[in-house]
Amino acid sequence: MSTSAATELFLAKPHLQQLLNALSARGYCIIGPTIDQSAIVYAEIRTVDELPQGWTDQQEPATYRLVRREDNAWFGYAVGPHSWKRYLFPPFATVAVADRTAAGWQMSTPHEPVPKYAFLGVRACELAAIKIQDKVFLEGAYVDPIYRARREQAFVIAVNCTSAGANCFCTSMNTGPRCTTGFDLALTELPDAFLVEVGSDSGGEVLAELQTRVADVEEQAAAERARQQAVSQITKRLDTTDIRNLLLTNLEHPRWAEVATRCLSCTNCTMVCPTCFCASVNEVSDLQGDHVERQRQWDSCFNLDFSYMNGGHIRNDIRSRYRQWMTHKLASWIDQFGSSGCVGCGRCITWCPVGIDLTEEVAAIRGETP
Amino acid sequence: MSTRPTLAVFKFASCDGCQLSLLDAEDELLAVAGAVDIAFFPEASSRMLPGPYDIALVEGSITTSHDAERIQEVRKQSRFLMTIGACATAGGIQALRNWGDTAEFLQAVYARPEYISTLATSTAIADHVTVDFELRGCPINHHQLVEVLSSLIAGRRPRTPTHSVCLDCKRRGTVCVTVAQGIPCLGPVTQAGCGAICPAYDRGCYGCYGPVKQCNSESLGDHFIATGSTPGELVPLFRNFNGYAPEFRAESDRLARRAEGV
Repeated sequence: MSTSAATELFLAKPHLQQLLNALSARGYCIIGPTIDQSAIVYAEIRTVDELPQGWTDQQEPATYRLVRREDNAWFGYAVGPHSWKRYLFPPFATVAVADRTAAGWQMSTPHEPVPKYAFLGVRACELAAIKIQDKVFLEGAYVDPIYRARREQAFVIAVNCTSAGANCFCTSMNTGPRCTTGFDLALTELPDAFLVEVGSDSGGEVLAELQTRVADVEEQAAAERARQQAVSQITKRLDTTDIRNLLLTNLEHPRWAEVATRCLSCTNCTMVCPTCFCASVNEVSDLQGDHVERQRQWDSCFNLDFSYMNGGHIRNDIRSRYRQWMTHKLASWIDQFGSSGCVGCGRCITWCPVGIDLTEEVAAIRGETP
Repeated sequence: MSTRPTLAVFKFASCDGCQLSLLDAEDELLAVAGAVDIAFFPEASSRMLPGPYDIALVEGSITTSHDAERIQEVRKQSRFLMTIGACATAGGIQALRNWGDTAEFLQAVYARPEYISTLATSTAIADHVTVDFELRGCPINHHQLVEVLSSLIAGRRPRTPTHSVCLDCKRRGTVCVTVAQGIPCLGPVTQAGCGAICPAYDRGCYGCYGPVKQCNSESLGDHFIATGSTPGELVPLFRNFNGYAPEFRAESDRLARRAEGV
């Protein structure tokens, strides 16, 4: 069966389980949205019953609450505390091992089995974030083998947003809410069905095993209305006009000192950011010094010691660390990687324990103090 | 005579939990015992050799004039003096007395208060002698203790992270209890070390490892007030195991003044 990318196929809602079954049969570990720890998180799922059916999230700066929806939508929420980053760029990784032997040091690279992930429920902003991390980890002079092994095997099922959260601003960053590229399959949820678009050959192959039919004009119009609803619900804006120069010519703006009185430098914004990629690498030895592991773990520019270099800290106050993060994310990222580092998902706003909103910080530097 | 560094463990006002952490390091204990010469560790062995010692682990805070003198002698006998735990590093939970009236406590608790000889305060070891390294925690994490001992033996810098508890929550995938459940949590202003245990069990962080460097407790306190906590409720949050650490002390004092309407 051949399908063109423009064709939307109709998949009755319960038949989404057929997709999970087809992926399981191909050896995929399916990671999807599910309820845990009072939030919609991304974890391994096996059945559609584990999806957050009938639940949504209400988000404000520093606030996230799970609430019941009036309908029984399966994907009726915005983005949660987790991102796909933790599966492609794991928080902990052993990158090398050394053992002292009679013949000297034996160096080796651990070869752990690479998980073969299928991601279910990837939003447009998250597709954009994965594309950015692809650039960071795969397209520079140094390719990250841990990321590459996971990324190459990953099967991506995008889901178009049909509603938006209060901290969403993808429309300002031109990253969504419509999923246009970077997926194997993309779903749009209707009350009793999903309309499915194919984004890759492997997506088409899997879809061919499911009970689908071509969606009719009315169904396609309903899907378009549902997608448009998300656009109309987005209220947060980030004015990106000349944002690189705006920030880089305002490095001594008094707002940096003001935000430093509120910022805890706790690292939450960088941890939840789907594009932040900083890590530290430590050599960890046993007590005898005979076995050494080189361990990589997520780290953050908000940590004082992250900028420690011979003799001192480069960014020795919260002001300079907040400024480093935001100017990198929104300005110097453009020089480094050719795009903004922000995809407008709003996680840094929701999960900041004191609710610092980077769109407000940019507006203040622009002279539009809210 | 062994060339292994000699290790001594001293106890001041404390619950013994931190020195027990060394005995709890079951997987590494034999390796530790092989790497150092345990010369003085009354909790573990009746073999008590006289000083000087290469490495002294000091547990507990200074609460009596006798201990205030004894710590001076420990310092003289120790080449590298390391405090272990919140009591030795910040005065411990018993530093709550620093906000109270010790004479009144003695009257209330003891039938014969005149038998008790105590100072009015519980203070950190560093308030009395020079401390070479402070290992945080209530209790300390035995993995960190073994790491510091390893680094001393190898002559390298110890790998004891100074980041916030939040980073460890995020690494292990714990959803923020403050943002998702409205639970006041000291994680953003507390140094990591425990592995972020409490939030993984739906509890806020108690601040067992003390304030992070460049700690902004005031912003966190203000945010908790803005989201429904009263200053009076927040005072005991900051006045806990590390309540007398300078940054937490300043914030609880500020909140207490607000609670009193000062």
